[in-house]
Amino acid sequence: MRILKNMIFSSDAKDLGGNVPGGAFSSAGSSAGAGTGAAGTGTSAAGAGTGAGNKPAGGYVPGSDGHAYRKKKDPHTRRNSLLTIIAAAFVICLMAFYQKNAYDHSYAISIIERSAVYVVAAAAMNLVTGFTGLFSLGAAGFMAIGAYTTAVLTIPTEVRANVYYMNGIAPWLENLHMPVAAAMILGGLISAGFAALIGIPVLRLKSDYLAIATLGFSEIIRTILAAPMMDTVTNGSYGLNNIPGFTNIFQPLIIAAICVAAIMLLLHSSYGRAFKAVRDDEVAAEAMGINLFRTKELSFVISSFFMGIAGGMLACFMRSIDTRTFQITMTYNVLLIVVLGGIGSITGSIIGAFLINGGQEWLRFLDEPLTVGGVTIPLFRPGFRMVIYSILLMVVVLFWRRGIMGDKEFSWNHLLGMFHRKKKTEGGAES
Amino acid sequence: MTDQKGNSVPASSEPAERATSGSGRLQNVLHVENVTMQFGGVVAVNDLTLDIGQGEIVALIGPNGAGKTTAFNVITGVYQPTNGRIQFLGDTIIENHPKGKMKKNYLGDPAVIYPGSMVKTPDRITKLGIARTFQNIRLFKAMSVFENVLIATHMRSKADVFSATFGLNRNEELENRELAMELIGMVGLKDEADSPATSLPYGRQRRLEIARALATRPKLLLLDEPAAGMNPQETEDLADFIIRIKNDFNLTVFVIEHHMDLVMSISDRIYVLNFGKLIAQGTPEEIQKDQVVIDAYLGTGKTN
Repeated sequence: MRILKNMIFSSDAKDLGGNVPGGAFSSAGSSAGAGTGAAGTGTSAAGAGTGAGNKPAGGYVPGSDGHAYRKKKDPHTRRNSLLTIIAAAFVICLMAFYQKNAYDHSYAISIIERSAVYVVAAAAMNLVTGFTGLFSLGAAGFMAIGAYTTAVLTIPTEVRANVYYMNGIAPWLENLHMPVAAAMILGGLISAGFAALIGIPVLRLKSDYLAIATLGFSEIIRTILAAPMMDTVTNGSYGLNNIPGFTNIFQPLIIAAICVAAIMLLLHSSYGRAFKAVRDDEVAAEAMGINLFRTKELSFVISSFFMGIAGGMLACFMRSIDTRTFQITMTYNVLLIVVLGGIGSITGSIIGAFLINGGQEWLRFLDEPLTVGGVTIPLFRPGFRMVIYSILLMVVVLFWRRGIMGDKEFSWNHLLGMFHRKKKTEGGAES
Repeated sequence: MTDQKGNSVPASSEPAERATSGSGRLQNVLHVENVTMQFGGVVAVNDLTLDIGQGEIVALIGPNGAGKTTAFNVITGVYQPTNGRIQFLGDTIIENHPKGKMKKNYLGDPAVIYPGSMVKTPDRITKLGIARTFQNIRLFKAMSVFENVLIATHMRSKADVFSATFGLNRNEELENRELAMELIGMVGLKDEADSPATSLPYGRQRRLEIARALATRPKLLLLDEPAAGMNPQETEDLADFIIRIKNDFNLTVFVIEHHMDLVMSISDRIYVLNFGKLIAQGTPEEIQKDQVVIDAYLGTGKTN
C-alpha cells in the first residue's frame, strides 16, 4: 500500500476499481471528462487524511498475514501436502530398501543414480530453453567442464600415478585434491565462467543460430579436453578413471533435489518471471524495463552452473570418463528428456529423466528370445528393444505434442482431477 | 554554428530557456527535436519536433502510415533515429546523426545535423520513466493477468538474483505483489487476476497493458491506439480512465489515436503527422478547423 500511496495522489482510485467488478473502465462513470479529474483531486485531500492508515475497500485480497496479496486459497492444500509427505516417505523408504539390499538391486540403483544426474542436466537445460526461450545445445560441453573438473580434483592422489601412467601428470596437479562436493561446485563455477564468456557474443543470436553456435562451442570444449597439449591434465584420449563414486543412493538424489529446488525457487522469483517475459515477448519485456542481454546471460550462466554440477555427478556416477562421453549424443539425450517431459516444466524434466533412463531398461525383455506356446517369435532378438523404444518416443511426441507435462508443473489437483473425470465417464455416481 | 560540412548545428539550448518555451508550461517533460527516421529509402518520420509539458495529455494523430508508431518507437528506443535529439525532463536521452551509408543517402529535411550519437536500449528508457503500450497488444501470453503486471515491477526491484531466489527480499516482493494487485483492481480486472492474460477480451487486454505500463512507475505514458477495437461505450470509459490515471499518478500522457471523439475530448494539444511530416499542431478546436488537416484526412478534391 505504501508504494501506491507514493505514486498515487488520491486514494479513491482503488475503491472505484474494486467496486465495479467486470465493469468497463472503472472510473465513476457518471462524471465525465474534466469533471472526473476535478472530483479526483477534490477527494484526494480527504483520502490522504482519513485513508492513510486504512486498507482500501477493494483492490486486492488481503492475505492471512494482514497485508500480503495471496493467491486464491486452494481448498485442498492440506490434502496435497499430506499426499506429498506420503509420496516422499514412500520414495525414501524404497530407496532405503534398495540401499539396504544394494547387492541385489545394484541394477535399479544405477538406473536411479543415472536418472538423478539427468534430472539436474534436464532441469538446467529447461531453465534456458523452456523458460528463457534460448535454444542452446551446449549441454555436453558444460557437463564436460564440470565432469573433468570434478574428476581431476577428486581422484585420490595415491592412484594418480596409475591413472596418468601414459602421459604423466602435471606437477601442479599432483597433490591438488578436493572433497567431492567442493570439486562439483568448482566445476559448476568454471562451467558458469565459460558460459559467461561465450554468452557475450553468442546470446545476441536468435533461435537456430544460437543452437548452432552453442553446439559448436560444446564440440570445441570436447576437442580441447582431448587435445595432446592437455594430456597431463585430462589424460587425453585415455580418459580418467578411479573417480570416487557415490557411496550410497541418497547422495545423487539429494544433490539433484537441492539443484532442482534451487532452480524452482529461481523460477518463482522475480528473475524467473523476467526469464519468462523474455521468452514470451522480447519487445514487451524490454519495454517493461527488462534488460534483454543481462537477463539472457544470467539464465545462461545459472543453467551452465547446474550443467557443470550435473557433469560432476556424472563423473562420480560413471567413475571413469573420457571425452567421447560428452559427444553431441549427450546433448540430444538431455534435450530428449526436456522435450518429452515438457518444455517449460521442471517436474516434466524430472519425470522425463526417469522415464527415458528407466524406459530403456524396462524394455530389455525385448532383447531376449521369446517363446509363446513353443513358437519362438522371430522379432525378439538383441536390438529390437531400441526399435520399440524409438517407436514409443514417436508415439509420445505425437500424442503429447507439448511433452508429458506441457508447460504446467505437477500438481496433485490435476492428477486426482484426472481420476475423477475418468470415474465420471465410467458412469460412477460418486463425485 | 556550423560543422565542417557546413550544416548548421543546434546551439546548446539552455534548460531554463526550454522550460518556459511553448505556451509557458510549467516543465517540459518530453522534447523531440528534428527527429528523422529513415529506413532504407523511406523516410518514416521527417524532421519531427514536438514538446510535451508536465501534466498534459497530448495526442499524435494522422492518417494510416503517417509514422506515428515509428515516432513512438524512436522515443522509446526501439529504433535509433537517423537524425535528431530527444530530451526527457531536460536530459538528452537519444541523439543521433546520419552515419556510414546513410550519410550519403540521407533524405530527411536537412534542418540540422546533430553532433552526438547516444543510444539507449528500451529498458533503460523505461527505467528513466517512459512507459508505453503497444498498438498490437503485446502481453506475456503464457502468464496470468497478475503476473503480467508483476513483471513490470521487476525493473525497480533492488534484490539481486541470489536473495530473490532464496526469498531474502520478502518485503520487496510483497510490496510488488501488492502494487500489482492494486493496479489490477484499478483497471477493474481483479476478478480475472489469476486467469491467463490471453483469455481476456480485447478491450480488457488493452486495459491490462495500461496497468502493466503503470507498474513501471512512469512519469510519461505513451499509449499507442488505446481505443483500437473498443466499442463506443468502452471508448468513452477509456477517456475518463486516461484522465483519471493522469491525475492520480501525476502523469503526462502522449497518445496515438484514431478515435477522434476520444482525441478531441481528452487532449490538451494535438500534433498531426502526415507522410512523416508534422502538418499541424494546436488545441483540439484549432485542429478541427485546420484546412491542412482536413485535406490530409479527406483528400483535397483537386485533380492534378
